[in-house]
Amino acid sequence: MRFVDEFRDPAAIAQTAAEIRRIADPRRHYRLMEVCGGHTHAIYRFGLKDLLPDNVELVHGPGCPVCVLPMGRIDDGLAIAAQPGVIFTAFGDMMRVPGANGSPLEHKARGMDVRIVYSPADALKLAENNPEKHVMFFAIGFETTAPSTALTLLRARDKNVHNFSIFCNHVTIIPAIRAILDSPDMRIDAFLGPGHVSTVIGCRPYTWIAENENKPIAVSGFEPLDLLQSILMALRQLNAGRAEVENQYQRVVPWDGNRAALRAMAQVFELRPYFEWRGLGFISQSALRIKDEFSEWDAEYRFQVPGVRVTDPKAAQCGEVLKGVLKPAQCKLFGKECTPEHPIGALMVSSEGSCAAYFNYEYRKSGELVGIGA
Amino acid sequence: MATITAPPKFRFRDAQVEMAHGAGGKASRRLVEGLFAPLLFETGATEPLGDAAHLDFNGTRIGITTDSFVVRPLRFPGGSIGELAVNGTVNDLAVSGARAEALVVSFVLEAGLPTPVLEAEVRAMADAARNAGVIIASGDTKVVEHGKADGMYITTAGIGRAIPGLKLSPRSVRPGDQVILSGPVGDHGITILLARGDLDLESDLRSDTRPVLPFVEALVGVAAPGLRWMRDPTRGGLATSLNELARDCGLGIVLHEDWIPVRDAVRGACELLGLDPLHIANEGQFVAVLAPEFAELALDALQRTPGGEDAAIIGEVRETPAATVLGIAPYGGTRIIDMLVGDPLPRIC
Amino acid sequence: MCLAIPGQILELIPGPPLLALVDVTGVRRKVDLGLLVDENPVPGDWVLIHVGFAMSKISEQGAHEQMQMLRMLGEDEAAMEEVSGYGQGGSTSP
Repeated sequence: MRFVDEFRDPAAIAQTAAEIRRIADPRRHYRLMEVCGGHTHAIYRFGLKDLLPDNVELVHGPGCPVCVLPMGRIDDGLAIAAQPGVIFTAFGDMMRVPGANGSPLEHKARGMDVRIVYSPADALKLAENNPEKHVMFFAIGFETTAPSTALTLLRARDKNVHNFSIFCNHVTIIPAIRAILDSPDMRIDAFLGPGHVSTVIGCRPYTWIAENENKPIAVSGFEPLDLLQSILMALRQLNAGRAEVENQYQRVVPWDGNRAALRAMAQVFELRPYFEWRGLGFISQSALRIKDEFSEWDAEYRFQVPGVRVTDPKAAQCGEVLKGVLKPAQCKLFGKECTPEHPIGALMVSSEGSCAAYFNYEYRKSGELVGIGA
Repeated sequence: MATITAPPKFRFRDAQVEMAHGAGGKASRRLVEGLFAPLLFETGATEPLGDAAHLDFNGTRIGITTDSFVVRPLRFPGGSIGELAVNGTVNDLAVSGARAEALVVSFVLEAGLPTPVLEAEVRAMADAARNAGVIIASGDTKVVEHGKADGMYITTAGIGRAIPGLKLSPRSVRPGDQVILSGPVGDHGITILLARGDLDLESDLRSDTRPVLPFVEALVGVAAPGLRWMRDPTRGGLATSLNELARDCGLGIVLHEDWIPVRDAVRGACELLGLDPLHIANEGQFVAVLAPEFAELALDALQRTPGGEDAAIIGEVRETPAATVLGIAPYGGTRIIDMLVGDPLPRIC
Repeated sequence: MCLAIPGQILELIPGPPLLALVDVTGVRRKVDLGLLVDENPVPGDWVLIHVGFAMSKISEQGAHEQMQMLRMLGEDEAAMEEVSGYGQGGSTSP
């Protein structure tokens, strides 16, 4: 695959990994946080930790939109879908996330019309093809996905499709990073920036991390070579005492972001005053809502939403794992009460949640086998 | 179907049956081991039970198996439910080390099913049976109300004589044994996924449904004394079949990820949807474990068999990590390859 | 949020909205080009696809430069070593 295979080239990976080992100062312990859940998944999926020296530690951040969605919002979405004639549509990522009375898939088993879509555009098409039903799209994601939701809403308006609405749970990445940096137990030296979010917002929004917080940040792609190169960039900055924003993913990320995407978002969305993030609490100006002029396509306007708040079981330590304070295996429930088969917290349900990624790809490796080359 | 190694205790605690229980992964295993096995199967079996059973009748070993076919849409590029119903059962017997000779078939038909649709499937079954060298000896039909059965469900059961000289069992597997795969994985499952039309993806992919008996015969021809275990990786994919083996033999199975054949279009669809080809169903492939001294011979024999050109050795058995399947990337990165809980779902994150 | 895959534009499908038929190693899908209105994509271009929308054009030059950066990395480090003396960076991490 073009633009994928080159960045999985074994020789280049070996060279970059060797360089990391060469420049990692044995007197230091480096803690790098990858913000984005997609990076967490890639790190485990590609076994990248095997290639890093012990004193370079990757800490998993909160950039997993499924993981940070409070359970109550799932229940709210399912309550809308329980109305007669409503089709609940969502990305596959959402389908197994447990609400108070079960996940969307479990609701489907009990007769609710629940469908997986790959694109919000497919949800809109479903509405056009089923005029006697109402199609609700459960929108999740950071700034990567929000522009597509925005465009879809505008398409619905332009095509005069009124049996379609969006339940908007989009969140923004910068407040999440701020919450990490403001956390008293935070000990992160540098960041690997979310590459696909950055195709929309560009690299400029991260300058305060470098300038005010004095932490390097390398905006990273998702292939093994991208991640290793970004780690190398971060280490070089740390060793040199620099703190800058670097764009490792320049083949795809424009420094100024995608203007058309930002325009679409600004046209359709505004910031909610505050929004509850599972595990992180209420964060102000961190989530998007649909503007009043588009309320025709806002599921929260078209339907009564219970607004249930569901607290997580006290024993579940999702918040601390989300902030990188605890490793997945350090949560008391990990691997026992909480497994992918019966997840308690969203970090175990979402395949990019650090607990699920760790459980699925890493957990049972024996010490002897790890690190053996092909 | 899961394999059982010890007298199972009843422990299925789910409140209701979910789709996941039919997906071939962990949830399916829970259902079989926790409910069916304790109540239905013989306890104290001397061999772990697999997809097919081998029974002794006065010195003649007969293999017997059954399988149900539930697929939507009924027709898809490369095949249809009728073909699956024949090939699937022939293959279950083949990988258990038996040559299918006769099938019996049971139809559950939805009222309102147009006759041409039914006729097409019956013709497909007849053609597939001729192609596989089996007779369809008997059958049964039931009709259910409109709205049930997705058009039709087909169940087939098959019997055939065991191939002499084979001793297939997870317990025969040893560290150093080689894992061999008959061809590319993921074709069937991705074809079906695309054929449903919900994802608006199109490709030239076709289901790989076919009888695997010719390949099993080729293997048996050169490697019978070293053949330890075979499986046809249907629902749940290659990952599930190998995880079942790893669990049953307690050893580690290490796969070299770049040795596993996957067609470009399968790869493209999986990358787009966030799926892993190793979890996708196949209907015309099998995976075998054999003693290392037979590996090259076996590979050669498979590659010379028409349809087996893409066969490959994909990994080996090791002492550790115990009871686990591990993937190694060409650059040395490793990851556990686990079986899923339920069906693989597309993701965007 | 993060799963985005490179694909090549096979043909444009005039709108509104403007769509493209995109190929990802043999799998094809109609992709919305609404986020690339400022960039005038044409058949043959490579784009990054996420949830059925094209997010960005992929710069072949950018990809090439990245691989170059790698090759130069080793050389750069050697040069810096000679000039500044490696290993004297202070430890500021906890």
